[in-house]
Amino acid sequence: MTNEYIQQILSDKFGAAVWGFEETFGIFSFNIKPEINTAVLQFLNDEASLSFQFLTDLTAVHYPDRKDEELCVVYHLHNLVANKRIRVRASVPVAQPDIATMTNLFSSANWMERETYDFFGVNFTGHPNLVRILNADEMNYFPMRKEYPMEDPTRTDKDDEMFGR
Amino acid sequence: MSRPVQYNTNNKPAVIPEGYSGEGFMATKMDQLVGLGRSHSLWPLPFATSCCGIEFMGTMGSNYDLGRFGAERMGFTPRQCDVLLVAGTISKKLAPVLRQVYLQMAEPRWVIAIGACASSGGIFDSYSVLQGIDQVIPVDVYVPGCPPRPEGIIEGILRVQDLVKAESTRRRNHPRYKELMESYGIE
Repeated sequence: MTNEYIQQILSDKFGAAVWGFEETFGIFSFNIKPEINTAVLQFLNDEASLSFQFLTDLTAVHYPDRKDEELCVVYHLHNLVANKRIRVRASVPVAQPDIATMTNLFSSANWMERETYDFFGVNFTGHPNLVRILNADEMNYFPMRKEYPMEDPTRTDKDDEMFGR
Repeated sequence: MSRPVQYNTNNKPAVIPEGYSGEGFMATKMDQLVGLGRSHSLWPLPFATSCCGIEFMGTMGSNYDLGRFGAERMGFTPRQCDVLLVAGTISKKLAPVLRQVYLQMAEPRWVIAIGACASSGGIFDSYSVLQGIDQVIPVDVYVPGCPPRPEGIIEGILRVQDLVKAESTRRRNHPRYKELMESYGIE
């Protein structure tokens, strides 16, 4: 299974909804439209010549400068037979970060989607229990979004004079 | 050749409280006598979450031997203990647990914050870490260091002993103590 073969079969199936094929950091990657994430991952899972049946990682990245596609949800998939890994990216706007859940296909997506919701606020529609998993339940913000100052501005004990800055 | 085993020749006996003494008797204040007894029978409750906890284990071990100072017995239940030793980073999610442990301790109770994390959050200036345990419970002694050496932790215990000796028997009736507890929302 080569990168060109994966690109060919996906382009034939989904057309312009899949683009940006590249190999970065040793893993073949591409972008998909967020509306078709279930269809693409189901196809990658079912198609015998691809059979990416293991979801190794699911997370998000916040790109504050990208208009209307600030939050990039990243799926890492693994074909255990061919030992081939791919990365699937789907970008959603931060104003309405809705994307369909993958828990129906991969049970491992359950906790990883909760974690992604916890830190980035991605709303996985259809998730059975989308609540915070790591942070305190009372937290009312999403800490890994790049929209906060580096230090807690409410602190009074670390003033600039004492820390030489 | 010098002796292979070294031992402490500078024994310091417990300081006798001020009072009036004569042939076969001594009169002193009850507070001071009770304070002297309490200060040398502190039961520590370790609340160890990270590397400061390892240093605390060294402090309790035979090399440094906290037992010499009258804190031999660690009790792993807050209901039996006198002094809470918070050694390590306390995340915001753990803060209610720490507070619950403190509330379960019976009066009189003291708290030592061991290390930079327990005292101020340390290097973890982060969304998930409590910036010092004094945000949720009152602290008597802060031990600096990252982590502090066992000598530092022993020094902290000795400072708590000084506090214990100087306090009245029923500290909880003192108006300033009540005010402090109210500022933390503790009955």
